[in-house]
Amino acid sequence: MEMLEDPETGKKQRKGRRCLSRAANIDKAGPPPSLPSSGAHHKSPEKEGGASPKHQWKREWAGSRLGAGGGACPAGPMRTRGGGRLLGREGRRMADAALFEFLHTEMVAELWAQDPDPGPGGQKMSLSVLEGMGFRVGQALGERLPRETLAFREELDVLKFLCKDVWAAVFQKQMDSLRTNHQGTYVLQDHSFPLLIRMASGLQYLEEAPKFLAFTCGLLRGTLSTLGIKSLVTASVAALPACKFQVVIQRS
Amino acid sequence: MGWILVTSAAVILFLQNYPLYIRSVPTENELKFHYMVHTSLDVVDEKISAMGKALVDQRELYLGLLYPTEDYKVYGYVTNSKVKFVMVVDSSNTALRDNEIRSMFRKLHNSYTDVMCNPFYTPGDRIQSRAFDGMVTSMMIQVC
Repeated sequence: MEMLEDPETGKKQRKGRRCLSRAANIDKAGPPPSLPSSGAHHKSPEKEGGASPKHQWKREWAGSRLGAGGGACPAGPMRTRGGGRLLGREGRRMADAALFEFLHTEMVAELWAQDPDPGPGGQKMSLSVLEGMGFRVGQALGERLPRETLAFREELDVLKFLCKDVWAAVFQKQMDSLRTNHQGTYVLQDHSFPLLIRMASGLQYLEEAPKFLAFTCGLLRGTLSTLGIKSLVTASVAALPACKFQVVIQRS
Repeated sequence: MGWILVTSAAVILFLQNYPLYIRSVPTENELKFHYMVHTSLDVVDEKISAMGKALVDQRELYLGLLYPTEDYKVYGYVTNSKVKFVMVVDSSNTALRDNEIRSMFRKLHNSYTDVMCNPFYTPGDRIQSRAFDGMVTSMMIQVC
């Protein structure tokens, strides 16, 4: 950057501020690459458990969206300095989110492409591999994320932590609602799940959706396990991109 | 769950009341430290349950002095994932202040978090990370 001297006042000014709109490229990221069609029937989205009329479902918490969600472009020009930062903090956060989405998509595609067995047994293996990966990641996340204070007095606190902090850290938004029947079953609802949002908005690709949720189920299970709760997490999709995660606490 | 003991003499890390990591300097009195630490686990559990009943929102991870014996002082710390850190310090070492102990525990906690994030480490195993060893050694050298 050259310093120009203003002839009148003698003050120096920087020449040439370059303006870049943040996240311009990330915003235009297209839909994920098409997956090789496996030709077999995927399991239909799992039935929602716990919806029996006997249990009283209580709406524990309806979260509010954190931040701008994917795709908002903050106003204002960006300054570049020499060879310095091209994206500010906002842009870097969006870059992280995009990287994770792409990596996740590739992971799923890779696991499915290699599977020669079109029968239901082979797919279950891949789903459980994905879930296992998510589990290990969740374990590490459960150790790193919680704050400096002992925040969890009871299970509900842990679930709220999942909905707010973990979701915000991984997906840059909070879970939309948390319901429980107070008997060990929790349903976490996300109206626009970031990993599904770029696929479709309705019923298209409904059969393909479960494999994109396996990693996240494992993530939830792993985080819960580090925080001392054994659970079983399943996911279901009624219409993209909304999905529900059901957490059933296993008491031994 | 896990417990870590650090003493001016030893460091032990506990998970579910079995040790994840034990380190002591000097190494002769290890058995005595094991015994001391097992008794201190009860005190840790007591403190955690006492805190649980407290209405205060800010419950600290640092538990403070668990109990003083004639030769040693025992300090405790617990993480959100129920891993207990126990530190046994020589009583003659009067120069150690509370905030120094706190900072040592914080360093331990950070290193433990790094160990958890290591893909070659399976949670629940004994800790064999050289980086962790190095951090503990440097900490104990400072103290002794």
